[in-house]
Amino acid sequence: MHRALPVAIRKGNNAMHVSTSPKFRENAHDALLDQSLQRALGRLKTGFKDKRSAAIAALPEFEALRDKAVEIKNHTLENLDHYLTAFEANVKANGGHVHWCKDSEEACQTILKICRDKDAKSVLKGKSMISEEIGLNAFLEKQDLQVVETDLGEYIIQLRHEPPSHIIAPAIHVHKEQVADSFRATHKGRDPNRVLDEPRDLLDEAREVMREHFFAADIGITGANFLIAETGTSVIVTNEGNGDLTQTLSRVHIAVASLEKVVPTLEDASTILRVLARSATGQEMSSYTTFSTGPRRAEDLDGPQEYHVVLLDNGRSNMLGTDFQDMLRCIRCAACMNHCPVYGAVGGHAYGWVYPGPMGSVLTPSLIGINQSGHLPNASTFCGKCEEVCPMRIPLPKMMRHWREREFEKHLGASSVRYGLKGWAFMASRPRLYRAATGLAARLLRILGGGRGALRSLPFAGGWTQIRDLPVPEGKTFKQLWEEQQKNKSRQDGGPK
Amino acid sequence: MSNSTSRDAILGRIRHSLGRPAQMPDTPPDTPDEVTDRLKNPVANLIPARAQLPHAQQIDLFIKMATQVSATVTRVGSPDDIPREVARYLADQNLPARVRVAPDAGISGLAWDQTMLDISAGIAGPEDAVSVTPSFAAVAETGTVMVRSGPDHPYTLNLLPDTHIVVVHASRVTGCYEDVWARLRQSEGHGNMPRTFLWVTGPSRTGDIEQTIQLGAHGPRRLHIVLVDDT
Repeated sequence: MHRALPVAIRKGNNAMHVSTSPKFRENAHDALLDQSLQRALGRLKTGFKDKRSAAIAALPEFEALRDKAVEIKNHTLENLDHYLTAFEANVKANGGHVHWCKDSEEACQTILKICRDKDAKSVLKGKSMISEEIGLNAFLEKQDLQVVETDLGEYIIQLRHEPPSHIIAPAIHVHKEQVADSFRATHKGRDPNRVLDEPRDLLDEAREVMREHFFAADIGITGANFLIAETGTSVIVTNEGNGDLTQTLSRVHIAVASLEKVVPTLEDASTILRVLARSATGQEMSSYTTFSTGPRRAEDLDGPQEYHVVLLDNGRSNMLGTDFQDMLRCIRCAACMNHCPVYGAVGGHAYGWVYPGPMGSVLTPSLIGINQSGHLPNASTFCGKCEEVCPMRIPLPKMMRHWREREFEKHLGASSVRYGLKGWAFMASRPRLYRAATGLAARLLRILGGGRGALRSLPFAGGWTQIRDLPVPEGKTFKQLWEEQQKNKSRQDGGPK
Repeated sequence: MSNSTSRDAILGRIRHSLGRPAQMPDTPPDTPDEVTDRLKNPVANLIPARAQLPHAQQIDLFIKMATQVSATVTRVGSPDDIPREVARYLADQNLPARVRVAPDAGISGLAWDQTMLDISAGIAGPEDAVSVTPSFAAVAETGTVMVRSGPDHPYTLNLLPDTHIVVVHASRVTGCYEDVWARLRQSEGHGNMPRTFLWVTGPSRTGDIEQTIQLGAHGPRRLHIVLVDDT
């Protein structure tokens, strides 16, 4: 893998992944030529999409549930301060702690302090995109803590020193042979001739290795799919059971979550859960949905002694009340990227930061700034499929357009695009000139075509004609043809009506 | 490091972004009644029609849905039949006869000496391959079993053993999740939750390697449900 991948480093006051999003075009180019990646992406074309369709077909109320889910999140966002303070009060009432963190640096430092207070040496992690966002692993490893990802996909990419390429299937770009190579290189003291051919062999070995980690862990960190204000509960939605073992066998459970994960009640979480797994993996419900409230009770025989919620803002409070507020409804199901032709062509790493696909193209500029991610809102064919499948009905294409406008206003785009757009705007606002110029161009191209019907190359558009021919215009513009047709029609109809 | 400065800054920014005036110190919060009511009297949103069936059909649907997600279900006539059913299942599957059970009177108090099983009660450890636990409820809609942590139900029993056998009483099978929350509030009091409340829908699984679904990722490979007809 030769592509420039984001590495987590501490940069100034901010510990987070460094973005290679500004290099999206180069990343995408490399991705298209990467045969191994293209083979992996081929699997995406069926998989999740077919399963999602089947699950939705089996639930007639799915569309109505989407509307409800949107309503719940909109109401919550409009009252976010009230629900967050209610959540905090209920976590405390159950003996837990809430840590409000403005940015990545503060969140990482807060988690480090909890580890230090407990004299911790090892940290186990359930899958958490927020921990990717804040660059937690690299930060803790720098402080000499051992960090082990327990989700199979996350574990595989941790061994490969890669970021996730998909938000629910982080190792979707990796083949089983590559997993076997990583396992042989990492799991020492095993028979070098052991069979690791099939996913089952690989899973069995990972399960064995992970068991040793589970029983030795000091701190267990998970994400949260929901925070429930009514009860002070954090919820994780998983299939493997690793998150549960992580948070149960460790002495301390830390749930890392961003502000917008809060919902009012258990009923509200249940409604959104009905659309989450169906949209994500096409399951009716994931194997484990875990509601955790406070530390173990005095009479409990197992469970963590401490429970902490690290509540991360990292720019989200600034998205409220703007064109991008709707993005805070996102429940990270990944339906948008599973259905996106651009994601399907280049995979997740090309996007250059933590969140790929359409949701990433909208969220990344909000979190790290449009100047760090200018190409992402352009990584779209505007086919609208992402909005169509989004269970939370987030108008992703519209928001990408908003970002394009801001990118243009800030003069961040390529100068050729700027001048091109300006030139077009000049022409388009002068209809007569526009008609004359397009009419001339249509005739000129017809002459250039010389009766062949298609142009194999074109000055100033070599990139375009390199892989396809330009069909030659018939010699007239659409407007000219339209007017002729209307004239003929009115003649046939016996004059204008 | 409960940083009150960050807390105030974040809440202040949220209020500012939402176009509300800053919350003054020493003044009561301006929480709207709509929010207070919603938290005090949670109401169900939309319940799918498939969850609204007569009880006998709920049980049939529960069995169907649980089986669809690779759980197995056996119905028995009374709690007294549970030990024999557990012994039968383990023998059928060629599994070890050493069983860790929840220290719950309804499970550990059964007549296990009728069987040849080696029974002990308590939390699960690395060497435990089979567990038997009670459940709080079960939901027909998706074939989901609900278990709660407590002194009579150590949480590790649900996740560590390769085989999780869970006892579900037919009277505790409901149509939808919302019914279960109502029951939980009844038994715990409003707003109170056990440390962990877990929805189990089939055994542990992963598709992380080449999108091929494998059962038994880090949790149980097998989920066997013993459904006790107590209605």
